[in-house]
Amino acid sequence: MLKKKSFKGILMLSMLAVLLFAAACGNNANGGNTNNETGNATNSTTNAPTEETVKLSGEVKVDGSSTVFPLTEAAAEEFNKEHPDVRVPVGVSGTGGGFKQFCAGELAIADASRPIKDEEAAVCKEAGIEYTELSVAFDGLSVVVSKENDFVDHLTVEELNKIFMTGSTVKTWKDVRDTWPAENILFFSPGADSGTYDYFNEAILDKAGIRNDTAITFSEDDNALVQGVSGSKYGIGYFGFAYYEENQDKLKVVPVDSGTGAITPTYDTIKDGSYAPLSRPLFIYVSNKELERPEVKEFVKYYINNIGPLAGEVGYVALPDEQYATEAAKIQ
Amino acid sequence: MNIFQDANRKQIAGRRRTDWLLHMLFVIATSIGVLALCALIIDILIDGIVRLQPDLFNNFPSRKADGSGMKSALVGTIYMLLIMAPISFIFGVGAAIYLEEYAKKGRLTRLIQLNISTLAGVPSIVYGILGLALFVRLLALDRSLIAGALTMTLLVLPIIIVAAQEAIRAVPRSRRDASFALGATKWQTVSRSVMPSALPGVLTGVILAMSRAIGETAPLVMIGALTYVAFLPDGLRDSFTVIPIQVYNWLSKPQIEFKELAASGIIVLLVLLLLMNFSAILLRNKYQKNV
Repeated sequence: MLKKKSFKGILMLSMLAVLLFAAACGNNANGGNTNNETGNATNSTTNAPTEETVKLSGEVKVDGSSTVFPLTEAAAEEFNKEHPDVRVPVGVSGTGGGFKQFCAGELAIADASRPIKDEEAAVCKEAGIEYTELSVAFDGLSVVVSKENDFVDHLTVEELNKIFMTGSTVKTWKDVRDTWPAENILFFSPGADSGTYDYFNEAILDKAGIRNDTAITFSEDDNALVQGVSGSKYGIGYFGFAYYEENQDKLKVVPVDSGTGAITPTYDTIKDGSYAPLSRPLFIYVSNKELERPEVKEFVKYYINNIGPLAGEVGYVALPDEQYATEAAKIQ
Repeated sequence: MNIFQDANRKQIAGRRRTDWLLHMLFVIATSIGVLALCALIIDILIDGIVRLQPDLFNNFPSRKADGSGMKSALVGTIYMLLIMAPISFIFGVGAAIYLEEYAKKGRLTRLIQLNISTLAGVPSIVYGILGLALFVRLLALDRSLIAGALTMTLLVLPIIIVAAQEAIRAVPRSRRDASFALGATKWQTVSRSVMPSALPGVLTGVILAMSRAIGETAPLVMIGALTYVAFLPDGLRDSFTVIPIQVYNWLSKPQIEFKELAASGIIVLLVLLLLMNFSAILLRNKYQKNV
């Protein structure tokens, strides 16, 4: 008897659970959006609201570059303190993956660590998605060697080109400069899917592509690159400034000379553009149609107006104030 | 005589040595797994114990390590399990019952069987792509909780079917014969005689499959479970995140404090896994006493 009952019991329970979930879903799917309007209407009668007190809700979907993620995360977190009912989920599909979803109309905002490519823009255009590009901060790609490396004082852009170029014959440090030791170099680079790779490829290698041989290690995980370079005395690598800043005790940053003297990446040199060509702007792309929704507009406004101070907190460099004003003007 | 005895003794000593050596080898083989687990747990505990505070469960993720939590990830994982469990139980056990009790043993059944066994070994990322195409795009479920749970259901179904089939197969033939002899129909036999005694094995299989699912990241990354989610899903169509994705996100941050958070996230995941496996054992013991 007992056995029969328990099997049936479990069956019934599981079916009940399915039903309950289905029911719960049906109600909420609509419930979430409709109280947007009603909420505003009832509020206005009681205490005539200024723009700040209007209760916003809804969802602002963001996805894209993992480099921009910390910025958007910071903006979303602070924004939620003022507008707790607006949901801002942020994903990290990569710049390319983000644009794919963005141009399929699945996102309100795409995070991007490089400008949109022509092919991507064409897809967006075909789908009828118009967008606004907004710069939000700078990142300084930092070229680093191990702390134990005592001979590299700076590298010129030509030397970097020679070191990382496809088909490069550089094997030892002596191949770079005659006075350096004939020790084999270990190379570390972000993977080809990352915007960081793209940017380095464009700024240093003229889009020729990074060498791909046995001496180079690619990783999508920047922390793995940090580990790699710090652990090998004759290694060299590059990644975002934030990762250098957090690991200063293990890494030595290499000043880069683009013809006007060697410049070390710092908040100041990245901000005033003198750390060239490796300081890059980071972007968010906002769909114009989505921008008509009040919660999206409010979030984007908040993002541009507040990201300056937040950028430093997460290891990026704020744009000059007047540029934020220019960016803000684009979405009025 | 003496020489013969000596040779014999030597031979015996030699065999004993071989026996001892192999014995040691097997002990080492067994302990490597256990030692690796111990090393992992100790390493994780050292890193993560400081962050194992109420904040971890009460707070949403944050850009600052202090006060950052995994409330949304924990709740996302539990919701996903709650959706998956009944669906995969019904479909998985149903398929197993059909294949074992109803299907005619023929070429078609063998083909289905082969298919299921193969599916059980397919890498999880493939299910992610399938889920993306089928649930997210074709059925237009978006990157939602339900799409994630259904993808995971596909992932664990073959495992559940195989486990349930084995449990059903282990029920002795005589039980069925006795039931038929009493005039019971096929369904009566299955539901009142076979299933009750196969249930402990079936449930163990289901729970173990579930515990595989909560550790999976790849398929959910594919279907777009998100990394920063500062709200709880309150419907099947809402965005969500799960513990492994949160851990991955913390690990990829430059600040060292997030590594501690990641470690404590792993502790929570391990505890959840152990609880599930423990409940599988409890269930099995409880039902075995009744049979």
